[in-house]
Amino acid sequence: MTSAPLGRTARNGRATRFVSTLVIVLILGLLLVFFVLPVIWVLLAPTKTADELVHDWPLAFGSFSNIGLAWSHLVSFQNGVLFVWLKNSAIYSVGSLVLTLLTSVPAGYALALTKFRGRKVLLTITLLVMIMPSASLVLPLFLELNLFGLIGTAWSIILPFSFFPFGVYLVYIYFATSLPSEMLEAARIDGASEWRVFTSIALPLAKPVVALVAFFSFVGNWNNFFLPYLVLPSSDQFPIQVGLNQLLSSTPSFNPVAGAGLNITSPELALSVIIAILPVLIVFLFSQRALVSGMLAGATKG
Amino acid sequence: MTELKSGGRDTSLAATKSVRRRDSSRRRAGLAGYAFVSGYVVFLAAFGIFPTLYAFYLALTNDHGQFVGLGQFAKVIQDFRFAPAFANILIYLVMWLVVLVVLTVVVAVILRSRIKPGLSAVFRFLFYIPGALAGVASVLVWLFMLAPGLSPVGGLLNAMGFTQFAQVIAPGNLPVIFVLIAFWTGAGGWIVVMYGALNNIPDEILEAARMDGAGPWKSAWHIQIPMIRKWIAYMTILAFAAGTQLFVEPQRLQSASLGRLDPTWSPNQLAYVLAFQFGDFNGAAAVSIFLLLIGLVGAGILVTRSGLFKVDGE
Repeated sequence: MTSAPLGRTARNGRATRFVSTLVIVLILGLLLVFFVLPVIWVLLAPTKTADELVHDWPLAFGSFSNIGLAWSHLVSFQNGVLFVWLKNSAIYSVGSLVLTLLTSVPAGYALALTKFRGRKVLLTITLLVMIMPSASLVLPLFLELNLFGLIGTAWSIILPFSFFPFGVYLVYIYFATSLPSEMLEAARIDGASEWRVFTSIALPLAKPVVALVAFFSFVGNWNNFFLPYLVLPSSDQFPIQVGLNQLLSSTPSFNPVAGAGLNITSPELALSVIIAILPVLIVFLFSQRALVSGMLAGATKG
Repeated sequence: MTELKSGGRDTSLAATKSVRRRDSSRRRAGLAGYAFVSGYVVFLAAFGIFPTLYAFYLALTNDHGQFVGLGQFAKVIQDFRFAPAFANILIYLVMWLVVLVVLTVVVAVILRSRIKPGLSAVFRFLFYIPGALAGVASVLVWLFMLAPGLSPVGGLLNAMGFTQFAQVIAPGNLPVIFVLIAFWTGAGGWIVVMYGALNNIPDEILEAARMDGAGPWKSAWHIQIPMIRKWIAYMTILAFAAGTQLFVEPQRLQSASLGRLDPTWSPNQLAYVLAFQFGDFNGAAAVSIFLLLIGLVGAGILVTRSGLFKVDGE
C-alpha cells in the first residue's frame, strides 16, 4: 500500500531531475556557443587570407605566416599609426583611472559612513547622473570643452572620463553594507582623526571594491568611443576605438567602394580587434578574483 | 535619558559629557565628509551638472541665444525623423531588458547552485570574455558574424533566407541585431555580478530551505532571486540607461551598409546629425533632453520600487 506511491514519487523525482538537468545543459550549451564561437572565429581569422576566410571551413586554422602578413599590413597602415592609437588609449584610460580612484573612493566612503548636511542630496544626484544616459551629455560636453579651449587636448578626454558616479556608488554600497559605523565610532572615541579612521580602517577593507571600480573605469575608458570621436580632430590623437573605426571605413570588407587598393581586409581587421582588446582582457584576468569572489563576498566577511 | 538624570549627579554629568563628545565627533565627521567628497563634487559640477544645465539652456534658446520657450522641443517633435527614432529605441529596449534580466538571473542561479564551483568559474570566464570587446570591436565582430559569406554560422543564416549581408541588416532586423551585440558584450559581466550577489547569501539560509523540502528551483524563486532583487534592479537601471543612448552600433552598421540604413535610426544619432551635419546645436540639445527625461523617469520608478535605497535609511 505505502510502497507504490513512494515508488511513483521517486520515479517522478527522477524524471523532473532529468528534465531540469536537460534544461540546464541546453541553456549553458547554447550560451557557450553564442559567447565563445565569435571569439574563436576572430582569433582564427588572422591566420587565414581574405579568400580562405570565405571558402575554408570557418574554424579551420590557416597558417602562422598569414598572421605575420596581416601584422605587417596593419603596421604599415599610415606608418604605424596603430601604435600611436594604443599609446593614446593607455594615456587616456590610466590617467582617468587614477583621478577616478582618488576622488570616488573617499567620496563613496564619506557618503556611506559620515554624516554631513547635503549627503542625501549628493547621493541622489550621484544616482541620477549615473543613470542618466551619459551620451546625452556628450554634445553639451563638447561645447563646454570648446568654451574652455580644451578641444583636441588629452585633457578633453581624461577629465570627463574621470567623472565616474558609478564608481562612487559602488564604493558607497560596499561601505554601507560591509563596514558597521560603530567600528568607526569606536575609533573616533579613541581619538583617531577622520583621516586616520579612513586610511587605517576603511581603506584596508576596501581592496575588493577599489579593484572593482578600477576595473570598470579602465574598461569603460578603454572602450569609450563617442566623446573621443567628437572632440579629437586628428588621427594621431585617436584612441584605439576611434582608430578601429577609421580602419573599418578604409576596408573593402563590407564596403567595396572604400579603401580599394589598401591592404586592410578581413584578416587585418580581425587582428586589429584582437590587438585593441588585449589590454582589457589582461586587466580582466587580474581583476577576476576581485570581481568573482571579492565583490559581494567581501561585504559579508568585513 | 530621564532615568540617568534621576540618578546621582555623577552619572548625569557623565551622560552629558558623552553626549557632548558624540556631538563634537559628529560635527568633526561632517567637516571631514565635505573634504572627502570635495574632489568628486568638482568633477560632478564640471562634467555632470554644468553640461546638464547647459543642455537645458541650449534647448530653451535659439542660435542667437534668445529665449524661445519650448520652441526647440516643438520643432524636433515635428521633425519627421523624431518619432521613428524613438519608436526604434523603444522596441530595442523592451527586447533587450527582457532578454537580459531573464537570462542573466537564470544563468547566475544555475551557475551558483547547479554546477560544481570549478566548472562554474570556467563558464563565468568564458561568458565574460566578449565583454572585453565592447564598442567598435564588438560591432566589427558582429559584422563578420552577420555577413553570410564570412560567418561561421553562414549555413544558419542561409537557412533563415539570408544570402546577402544587405538582407541581414534590413531595417526590421536591426533591434534583434543590437540585442545580440549588447547581450554578447554585456551579459557576461552581469552574470558575474549576479553570481557574486548570490554567493553572498549565507549557506545556512539555503540549507534551511532544503531541510524544509524546497527544491533548487523553488529556493531560487523564493529565496535567491528575492534576495538579489536590489542588484537586479540595479542592472535593469543601468542597462536601460545604456540602451537609450545607443549610438556606436547603428552608426557603424549604417556606414557598413553603404548608407542604405537610416542615419537617424536612434535618437542619439538624430542628435548627432542635427548637431554636426546641420549645425543645429539647440535642436540636438532638445533631443538630448528627451533622452535625459526618459532616463530619469525610468530610474525614478526603479529606485522607488526596488528598495535600492534601503541602506540610506539606516
